Amino acid sequence: MIGAFIHSTVLQGIPLMYGCTGEIITQKSGNLNLGLPGVMYVGGISGVIGAFLYEQSLKGSDPNGFLIIVIPLLCSLLGSLVMGLIYSFLVVTLRANQNVTGLAMTTFGVGIGNFFGGSISKLAGAESTSINLTLTSNYFRAHLPFADGMGDFGEVIFSYGFLTYLAIIIAIGAYVVFNKTRVGLHLRAVGESPATADAAGISVTKYKYLATCIGCVIAGFGGLHYVMEYANGMWSNDAFGDRGWLAIALVIFAVWKPNIGILASIFFGGLYILKDWSNSSGVLSEFLKMVPYLVTFVVLIITSMRKKREYQPPESLGVNYFREDR
Amino acid sequence: MKKIERNNISYYEQRKNIGINEMSNQQIAVQMENITKTFGSVIANKNVDLEIRNGEILSLLGENGSGKTTLMNMLSGIYAPDEGRIFVNGEEVRIKSPRDAYELGIGMVHQHYKLIDVLTATENIILGLDGKLNIKEATAQIKEICDRYGFDVDPNQKVYDMSVSQKQTIEIVKMLYRKAQILILDEPTAVLTPQETDKLFDVLRNMRNDGKAIVIITHKMHEVESLSDRVAVLRSGELIGYLVTKETNATEMTNMMVGKSVSLNITRREPVDPKDRVIVSGINVVSEDGIQKLKDVSFTVRSGEILGIAGISGCGQKELLEAIAGLQPTQSGSIKFVNDDGSEEELLGMSPTQITEKGVKLSFVPEDRLGMGLVGNMDITDNIMLRSFRRGKAPIADRKFSRNLAGEIVDDLQVVTPNLQTPIRRLSGGNVQKVLVGREISTSPKVLMTAYAVRGLDINSSYAIYDQINLQKEKGCAVVYVGEDLDVLLELADRILVLCAGQVSGIVDGRTIDKNTLGMLMTKVGGEKSNE
Repeated sequence: MIGAFIHSTVLQGIPLMYGCTGEIITQKSGNLNLGLPGVMYVGGISGVIGAFLYEQSLKGSDPNGFLIIVIPLLCSLLGSLVMGLIYSFLVVTLRANQNVTGLAMTTFGVGIGNFFGGSISKLAGAESTSINLTLTSNYFRAHLPFADGMGDFGEVIFSYGFLTYLAIIIAIGAYVVFNKTRVGLHLRAVGESPATADAAGISVTKYKYLATCIGCVIAGFGGLHYVMEYANGMWSNDAFGDRGWLAIALVIFAVWKPNIGILASIFFGGLYILKDWSNSSGVLSEFLKMVPYLVTFVVLIITSMRKKREYQPPESLGVNYFREDR
Repeated sequence: MKKIERNNISYYEQRKNIGINEMSNQQIAVQMENITKTFGSVIANKNVDLEIRNGEILSLLGENGSGKTTLMNMLSGIYAPDEGRIFVNGEEVRIKSPRDAYELGIGMVHQHYKLIDVLTATENIILGLDGKLNIKEATAQIKEICDRYGFDVDPNQKVYDMSVSQKQTIEIVKMLYRKAQILILDEPTAVLTPQETDKLFDVLRNMRNDGKAIVIITHKMHEVESLSDRVAVLRSGELIGYLVTKETNATEMTNMMVGKSVSLNITRREPVDPKDRVIVSGINVVSEDGIQKLKDVSFTVRSGEILGIAGISGCGQKELLEAIAGLQPTQSGSIKFVNDDGSEEELLGMSPTQITEKGVKLSFVPEDRLGMGLVGNMDITDNIMLRSFRRGKAPIADRKFSRNLAGEIVDDLQVVTPNLQTPIRRLSGGNVQKVLVGREISTSPKVLMTAYAVRGLDINSSYAIYDQINLQKEKGCAVVYVGEDLDVLLELADRILVLCAGQVSGIVDGRTIDKNTLGMLMTKVGGEKSNE
């Protein structure tokens, strides 16, 4: 029972973790990408389109184990990358307002997701706007064979698909890059004070573009993980919900540190499924549904009260940089 | 540290020595030839030739706006010269970016430090360099540099925990870490306490003895005298000449710096029946960083008279005016406003609103026109209303009054604007200033304070502003005019108060004083008398 609960918690937390890590990387460069929810939608639907087309092309024959994984992964990557490029172009090159651009990207991304979700459902001949990609999902959910024989321990540690482990590896990788490499040092400098970084010979534009695009690709994998692993290959319009916004809130909760982001995401995953596991009904059930948002609220209040400099957002976050009269 | 030493006698130097054997041990590090730089129609530097030598501290002396910083920015890769050539160690170079400058061994410490608060000293110093990140090795190297020159730095300290002087040290160490051979410091002592200044000077002397070429940009005479070997004097963008510090004195340097008086034909009438209006006594202001901005400042402003305030910028002018206007907290002292009937009001400790409510008609034209004075995105009427929004029956403001007043100001001061609805930021600097001055004098103030009222204005707008100021004087208003152009002060002001490093260096009669004496007062408290 407890093993199964933790299993679900982790599965819920992983899309948030992808979103959170991606957004941290983006924000470290000084770009506040409020388009994240849209990017995650696009990452999800792009993967779904790839998987759908591949499954259609099979016509009942056995799938190639390599292609069935790589095609959705690549499609997802491309979809989110395009979103990242659009955002970077508007914000870094054209210096558009970051908040407005981000919100537009979210509306745009969610719209794209639902549009293609609906179209593919029609193509597949489904009654409702949902589509089932069980075949692909089985490959994405494949886990190590010995996990089943290890009881709760196996269920908690070894029972997930590769995307789950990838999320944790990426988050740890981001932590290492930030703190142990020159690239990380320069990225932090760009986010804190682009003018200083510029004077030190760091290409602000390059770092902002790269951080935003890489962040979007990572966040997009969150959407893919949600469809393929969490929802067993089932795409339904709007089912992803507001996980993207939660991921942005998690960035603040994790004080821009990907290692804290890992724990924070799983914690929020647990809050998300509290209702389903509590056997409650009526008022209590409704209250439990509210808990993740309530905690977000409290967390934002608490984090905004912490005064230590290390806990503050990158200083130039949300502000576009241009050299002025230089 | 061996690496740095090897770098000192660079490959270029060695090559150059073959050709020029007769050069003394003081080799030329940088040669600037015929440098000209313009910004739009403003000439910042004109045909400047400058020579910087190894093993020497060169002072670049000049008034505000004489082009010292611009000249050095061309060496550090911030600007490119329009004309002229630059030679570093005998080779002609083009310096396109700060990075190019580093690579040539030129390092500049700007007035505004470029450091990232949340990073440590070491991280800031190695920022932007290539190669594998090895904090330990970098820290060890930084420690070596610090030991060698006598810097006091903890490489692992975060910048936000540092004092201003520590931040400056980091900037200097940053240059040395990049193996800078030529070090330029832009007014390094402006933010330092006297003790910190002494420490900095010791370090700079160590570096000079180590064979480095050092340039300090300054306008403080005693620093030039105590630190530098040679002085290059700039005036209005031109190099006036070199002096050897040992062979010159403050008077000679000041004369070169301020030049001869120019007649401007500004009208100045005799004050009519001047009476004490504002009595300032013993004002002390200490900034947040612990720097004393004003020290025991006392003076009187009289009605029907213009009190000019002269001084190098940043000597406490801003703090002084803001203290009177109720915007600057003071540590001690008193500011008394004298009413017509002789009764006095203490202004210190009151907010601008309280001052107005007391019935004290005080107008302030701040230095920062579009920041403190006006709102750039609002039109003329709305900007006028910022001063009069309390009129009319709350909650509805009286717009008609402001609109009429805006029309009057536009007509009277000949503000060039398409209409009253144009956002103020679209107007030229002169017209913006006319609106601001017009609004401030429309309340027929008893005291009018202006800070750099004609900065950046063309000649016609400037005269229009002088006329308005003179008009207020004739109406019996007590005018305080903070200016930077000494020629204007000499012709406009009845009395001139000279500030030097936050102290009153002297209060002199504007009609009899000459420019050189004024220059001396600006660079040294008490002027020539304290020279002995």
